[in-house]
This record gives sequence, C-alpha cells and structure tokens, in this order.
Amino acid sequence: MEYRLTEPFTKEKVSAFRAGDQVLITGTIYTARDAAHQRIVEMIKRGEELPFEIKNSIVYYAGPTPPKPGYPIGSAGPTTSYRMDPYAPVMLDLGQLMMIGKGQRSAEVKDAALRNGAVYAAAIGGAAAVMAQSVKSAEVIAFEDLGAEAVRRLYVEDFPVTIVLDTAGGNLYEEGRAAYLSK
Amino acid sequence: MRELNVSSITDAVASLCIETNHHLDPVTEACIERRYAEEDWPVAKDVLDIIKHNIEIAGEGVFPLCQDTGMACVFIELGQDVHLTGGYLEDAVNEGVRRGYTDGYLRKAIVKDPIRRGNTGDNTPADINVEIVPGDQVKIILAPKGFGSENMSRIRMLPPAAGQEGVEDFVVSVCESAGANPCPPVVVGVGIGGNFHKAPLLAKKALLVPLDQSHPDPYYAEMEDRLLEKINALGIGPQGFGGKTTALKVNILTMPTHIAGMPVAVNINCHVSRHKEVIL
Repeated sequence: MEYRLTEPFTKEKVSAFRAGDQVLITGTIYTARDAAHQRIVEMIKRGEELPFEIKNSIVYYAGPTPPKPGYPIGSAGPTTSYRMDPYAPVMLDLGQLMMIGKGQRSAEVKDAALRNGAVYAAAIGGAAAVMAQSVKSAEVIAFEDLGAEAVRRLYVEDFPVTIVLDTAGGNLYEEGRAAYLSK
Repeated sequence: MRELNVSSITDAVASLCIETNHHLDPVTEACIERRYAEEDWPVAKDVLDIIKHNIEIAGEGVFPLCQDTGMACVFIELGQDVHLTGGYLEDAVNEGVRRGYTDGYLRKAIVKDPIRRGNTGDNTPADINVEIVPGDQVKIILAPKGFGSENMSRIRMLPPAAGQEGVEDFVVSVCESAGANPCPPVVVGVGIGGNFHKAPLLAKKALLVPLDQSHPDPYYAEMEDRLLEKINALGIGPQGFGGKTTALKVNILTMPTHIAGMPVAVNINCHVSRHKEVIL
C-alpha cells in the first residue's frame, strides 16, 4: 500500500501502516544519530529540557553533507540504525512515533516500538541525493559542535520511506526475504 | 631522477575527492544496470530504479551520491625514480583531502580519538597506503569508504583444514549476517592469505578491482562467480527488502601465507562503490 503521512503525526495514523508499505511524509522531522542520541538520553536522565518534543516525533537517523549555497541541505540518506539501539527504547517510551534509518534492530527496540505503538521505517541507503530532494528546509537546533551529527529540524515534502517494523509485529526484513525465497 | 612537486599530489587528491563522491566509474554503473535488467522481483527492481535515479541526480554535481562521503582511503604507487619536492607526501595528501572535502561541501566524518571522539572538522587524516614500484610515475587511487558497510566487514583466521569450503562458508555468512545494514546491493572484497595485517588490506584492494574483471587464476575466478551466486541465493535483496540482487560482484585477491594459517578477510562496500585513479 501507499500512504501519505501529514501533520499532526499521531499513533493512530501510523497504526494503519504495515511492513512493506510505502509512506510519503510531509511535515517536520528531526535528524539525530550516534552522538546526538547519546546526549539526548543523558539529558533525559538528568531531567533537562530537550532540543525537541519527543512525543509523536519522527526521528531520522541521518548526518547530511553540508548544503551548497542556495540549497537547504546536502545529500541526506539514512545511516545504519542498530547503533541507535542502546538509546531508542528510552525515546520510544517517551512517545517517539517513528524511527527512520536502515538495517536490523535489536529485540529491545522491537519490543519498545510494539509496546508504545511506534513504527520503524527505512529510507533507501545510498540514495542520499534522491532523499535530499524532499527536504525543503533544514536548521541546526542543537549540538552544533557535532557538525554532521548535530540535531537538525527538517521540513520535508513527500519524503519516501518504507515501513519495516509495524505496530502489529510485522518485519519487512524477514517477510520480504521469505516472500522472495518462496516465490 | 624525475622531480615532482607534492603540490600536484594535493591538487589531484582534492579533485578526486569531489569527483568520486559525485560520479561512479562507468564500469560500476554498467554493472548496476546489468543487475537491474537481471532482477525479476518487483520490490527489488523498484529499489534498483531509485539507486539508478540517485546516480543521475548526483551526476549533476550538486548532491554527493551518499551523505557518507567516507573516510578517504588513498593508495599511492610511488615510482622509485621519482624525487618528491616541496613538502612531505602525507602532508600533501591530507591537504588534498582537507581541500576536497571543504571546497566540495563533502561531509567531515573523521573523529580524532576512537573512544573520546571529537570531529577533526576537515575529514583528515586520510588512510594513506604507499607502495614503492618501478618507474618514474606516481599513481594515486582515491576510494572514499562509507562505514555502514565497513562496520559489516570481518576477518577470520581459518585453519588450513577449512579449505575452499571453509572460505566460501565464511564469506557467505558475513554477507548473510550483514543483511540490510551495509545498503545492499553490495560489492564484496575478499582477501585470502597473508597474515592478520595483509588479509584485510587485500580485501580492501579487491574493492578497487573493476567490476567487469575476474581473478586471473581460473580457480579464483570460478570461486568469485560461485560466491556471487550463493550470496544472491540468500534472498536479502536490495536494501534487505527481498530479491535476487544482494551483491553486484565478488572480487578476490590472494597472497602466500604461513603453513599454519589461512586468513580470510571480507571487506563489504555498498553499491556506491567509489574509486578513481590518476597517474602523475
């Protein structure tokens, strides 16, 4: 199935998505990868104010290339998600709605997503120039010292992702491979 | 003795950084086209189509092929009849990387300490490998290497008794456990022989072999084909969504080893398999 996801982003909307569905996202999403996750989770533990509202947020595991003059962003494909596995459950328990990255997740992340009604989607790894076309604005909102790893607020239009882990326990990486092998 | 000012090496490295991050070499692109034509699983074909579109957009020169513009891996074949002037070779290479990644709006992805981190801000230092060869020329190969695939690479010190079957099982298992993580379809570089230092270097150099070339020894050329077939029978497919095209090509490099060992290293590269050479 193909869906469009627009604001407000809610658990009700993402609960309709199933593993393998293509979703075009329009709205505000946030980039955070390794170092930013580490800092955000430390801030949560210390009870500090966070760079963005985690509840119902969409977090894109990405560190874009610098924008050329006249462009909002450089290339912006997904990074491998398992490196965020130690941090993701904390954020999911605070209500994060969607993780976007690529690659397998740990059992802990799958459990945390399921119990919170969150989903995990994949962007096409190595199609970073294509992904960048959907980013209409980008602004560093935290951890500027981290360079590419800083947290950015992106406004995206028809940003294409594929659902990997859905709210019913579906997993595209298992189902897609099995479907091909049994064709 | 031919004299060569190292500033020409800096210039070459800087332009190679920008060039390789926007344009795949024609042989790699042709290989992706061929695998696209051979793929019959619809989801897989769709993903390969997006990858082809990405190559087109990047080719316009504004957006790099991948946001991971890599660690700059530099292989230099330095003719022994060349006298370098005007500075040190390593400094010249790093200056080229600094300039290429800054002027080319490429991502700076190098941290100065592996545990305490801290971005160096200019993507240096590069991974510089120098080999002294006959002649009076300098060949520079630049290969920006992303870490999504680098992290999925493995080495195993197999016992000689493991034989050909042990080698093949290991290579396939590395690709299977990597799954969707290294952005399949991947290029698989295999280094067999040497020691704990040389096998991974061979595997990395195997990623520089053009994808339309096979190992000159028919024994290993057949192993490359067989491994590609086994890896593509796993069903992982482009991006791990399922399909035939898990790997584009397997390339093997070998060297002599010790009577007690059979090291095997597997260096995985994603479909954005970037490398280019110039000769000065």
